[in-house]
Amino acid sequence: MAFNYDGYLRMEKMPTLWCWGCGDGIVLKAFVRAVDSLGYNKDDVCVVSGIGCSGRFSSYVDFNTVHTTHGRTIAFATGVKLANPTKKVVVVTGDGDAFAIGGNHTIHGARRNIDLTMIVIQNFIYGLTNSQTSPTTPQGMWTVTQKIGNIDPTFDACKLLIASGATFVARESVTAPKKLEKILKQALEHKGFSYVDALTNCHINLGRKNKMVAAMDTLDWIDSITTPKKKWDALPEEEQMNLLPTGIIHHDDTKREYCDAYQMVIDAHEGKRGKITSADFDKKI
Amino acid sequence: MGAGGENVVIKDGKREVVMAGNHLAAQAAVDVGCRFFGGYPITPSTEVMEYISDILPEVGGTCIQMEDEIAGIAVAIGASMSGVRSMTGTSGPGISLKAENLGLAQMAEVPLVVVNVMRGGPSTGLPTRVAQGDIAQAKNPSHGDYKSIALCAGTLAECYTETVRAFNLADRFMQPIFVLLDATLGLMHAKAVLPTLEEVQAGIVPRKKFEGAPEDYRPYGVEQDEAAVLNPMFQGYRYHFTGLHHDAMGFPTEEIETCRKLIDRLFNKVDAHRDEIELNEEFMVDDADVLLIGYGSASLAVKEAVMRLREQGIKAGMFRPITIWPSPEERLNELGKQFKNVLSIELNQGQYLEEIQRCMGRRDIQKLVKTNGRPFSPQDIIDTVKEVF
Repeated sequence: MAFNYDGYLRMEKMPTLWCWGCGDGIVLKAFVRAVDSLGYNKDDVCVVSGIGCSGRFSSYVDFNTVHTTHGRTIAFATGVKLANPTKKVVVVTGDGDAFAIGGNHTIHGARRNIDLTMIVIQNFIYGLTNSQTSPTTPQGMWTVTQKIGNIDPTFDACKLLIASGATFVARESVTAPKKLEKILKQALEHKGFSYVDALTNCHINLGRKNKMVAAMDTLDWIDSITTPKKKWDALPEEEQMNLLPTGIIHHDDTKREYCDAYQMVIDAHEGKRGKITSADFDKKI
Repeated sequence: MGAGGENVVIKDGKREVVMAGNHLAAQAAVDVGCRFFGGYPITPSTEVMEYISDILPEVGGTCIQMEDEIAGIAVAIGASMSGVRSMTGTSGPGISLKAENLGLAQMAEVPLVVVNVMRGGPSTGLPTRVAQGDIAQAKNPSHGDYKSIALCAGTLAECYTETVRAFNLADRFMQPIFVLLDATLGLMHAKAVLPTLEEVQAGIVPRKKFEGAPEDYRPYGVEQDEAAVLNPMFQGYRYHFTGLHHDAMGFPTEEIETCRKLIDRLFNKVDAHRDEIELNEEFMVDDADVLLIGYGSASLAVKEAVMRLREQGIKAGMFRPITIWPSPEERLNELGKQFKNVLSIELNQGQYLEEIQRCMGRRDIQKLVKTNGRPFSPQDIIDTVKEVF
């Protein structure tokens, strides 16, 4: 039987404002399927989004939803989560939100290892505002603010997140929706800061001016710059430089989650335990 | 420790404590049910966070020091959206950074208490000195149209009582409320007489909650002079928060009438209930010939000057707005008709003077201003009164 998305979507908000052929809808569907497979109650989930095409994600899903200011998703979500540690809080955001204006919150959210799932709908460009350079736009590509070719180096989002302390880091693209769904499910199940780099096509505002006019052209380009992590690991370093590994890049279940750590603070103030020392963070959990 | 601890003396049904203003604001928050604080260190407000980081976990609440000022307010708004009484604290430069998210809280109608312990500006200014430089900022910290509510403590006890009032107003009007302290009050360590904990708790005005069926719930679909009714998250009432113009369920819209009515309502919900918000002190005004207007810590010197002037045969009186925004328009207008000689006293270049002129409908208000980071002495005021009148 076909999967019924209607129960998780705000059908009166359809159609979405996303362009025809946009991959954001694939991320949306993969997310809904992942949530469904985990059996979460809709009331127990909060989705926080920022500004940009990805910002509208929160208004389409029938959970407790928050559309915030540009780049601040992680900070808002941290407040929701810390005040409600038993609930599932998910951040859906874009590469401009996460790595330009909100970069500071991304790295500190990961550093705390707070139990949030951060999904970056990564389209390599500022789509909603028509083609300005993003921190993930490849060098040499046309953008409306760098018409003779982008000179800015890019972030490798997954490397940044691992270095910052995220305990689950994965990448998948909309060309592999079933894999994306599986990765999202694993990210949601992970206790701690989980990050999913969801690569998607913006053929309208990235592809059109970079010889990838059709959605399929941009999707083919994404396939050409990605390779499964196992294959990537076996490649020589100079070839690795030009490819982004997909799949689970990093997974560590031994680090203390932040809400749990704060519970130690509460317990200490209530006289249930002594002061917190480095030993509280040494042991495998 | 603190107003809940062993150093409290109960006298005539009140609590007597010796505490600093910043600590009193933190204690008031916890006493009135605040369970979440997000902030970032900044002089001279940091003691608010330092103190509340001890007393919040004692009651199961959460205090988090964030990576910057922007995150400090965002995390508190997030907690408040979920239904928890929340606060952030900072000083002027921090408000400048928090401005955009203050606008989100205005637009999405998220209650929040923002303690601003004012210091000298602009920019980094005089971080360890006193000023009342954020009065104009408190009216419109963020872009766009909305109606701020700002309370300004003038005594140590008011660092406590105005914080209590701010939390109740925040949940009543569903918007951020400023509590303005300054370096003098925030760091002053002295005796304060406070209401009892029981009294504070009995006075709590909780956030309104819709109890009907979820399908009948319209969080923003309220009367034109009322605040949104935002149920806590995770309780079966799923709706949407956004900083975009939105409809009755909170979803983005550009529908002309909905957009107009939303912004009109953000003004009306405050304007229609000014009587619940306005609070002033009038000291020896009834028989006075000279009216001195001052607020915040500057009013301590003004009050002393009034008494000394009277000893010298000059009948002075003091009007002190405690609610700075919205301003006490009607009362100032009456006083403007009643008094020929009016002197406005501020630790800035006259940020409130313009509002006094507007409310009184006159421009011949005398002013005494200071922006060198030092407080007024009563003698400054006495000399000015003798000079200008």
